[in-house]
Amino acid sequence: MNAIKFLFAAYIATWVIHGAYLASLVRRFGKLRQQLREVGKK
Amino acid sequence: MKRLFPILSVITAILLAYALYAALVVAPTERTMGDVQRIFYYHVPSAWTAFLLFFINFIASIQYLVSRKASAKTAAKWIVLAIGAVGTIACFLPRVQQLFPAGMRPSAVATTVLLIPIFYFLIGWLFPEEKLDVLAVTTAEVGVVFCTIVLVTGPLWARPVWGIWWAVGDLRLTSTLVLWLIYVSYLVLRGFSNSAQTQMLAAALAVFGALDVPLVFLSIWFFRTQHPSPVIGGGGSLDPRMGQVLLINWLAFSCFAFLVCWSRFRLELLHREVEEAHAMESLAGAGVAAKASLPLGRSSR
Repeated sequence: MNAIKFLFAAYIATWVIHGAYLASLVRRFGKLRQQLREVGKK
Repeated sequence: MKRLFPILSVITAILLAYALYAALVVAPTERTMGDVQRIFYYHVPSAWTAFLLFFINFIASIQYLVSRKASAKTAAKWIVLAIGAVGTIACFLPRVQQLFPAGMRPSAVATTVLLIPIFYFLIGWLFPEEKLDVLAVTTAEVGVVFCTIVLVTGPLWARPVWGIWWAVGDLRLTSTLVLWLIYVSYLVLRGFSNSAQTQMLAAALAVFGALDVPLVFLSIWFFRTQHPSPVIGGGGSLDPRMGQVLLINWLAFSCFAFLVCWSRFRLELLHREVEEAHAMESLAGAGVAAKASLPLGRSSR
């Protein structure tokens, strides 16, 4: 029963890492688009 | 192309959901380890995907390095062709086969060797010179994400099975950690250096870093390690249903990695576009300043 905790921890950790990376990609996309808009305005 | 991305995303999401179901429900429970062995269906496909991405990074880095000189490009082309041809033939020679560890199939080695020229020419054909560096940084970053998952899920599997989180000195574990550190340093170099030579230095680092991939892969074939021996092609007795679930998970994670790489590739292109726009802006600003200061300069004489 105790080992099940490790199984779920591994699966959750996998998706937390993927989720965090995807979130960082979205954030970086937003930042760059904003910078591009600002450069365009100037 | 823009329409293809959402379609592929939906297919990948369905595939990942089914892969998760297969890993938790369809795959039989392993006799000695019990349910915790199901970590295998995330741990191994993540490792394979990371290896594949680092391999693509290696090929893209070589292509980028040789793209500067026509003679180097031609030489690299012939060297890669020679590696593919000689390596494939050599795999079927009895003398060479004696060097293979027990259980390693010559056909599997020959296929791997043959992948070098296939990937080399495919990447050269698909990506123009200026995009090779973009591909290299993309695959390195996504590869590091998958390698991180391998390093996190591994100890979570080891703790209940071996009784320890990490076997210090174990070749498989150490070489995987070194591989991760090499590619993290590659990303740090790219992220914090603004020198004109950064791309070349990073490509050179990637070529040397990729040499660790075969070491990681072959460590469990040639050395006794705490890490289990290979279950596929290494004389291991993997249940066919487990094998199927493993392949489904690998397919799902490969599709996911492809989509993430696609997004990261676009992000890198956008980043370069912004840098170019900033450079143009500063040039335009410098031009205006020069024009404005010219009469003043003359008058000061």
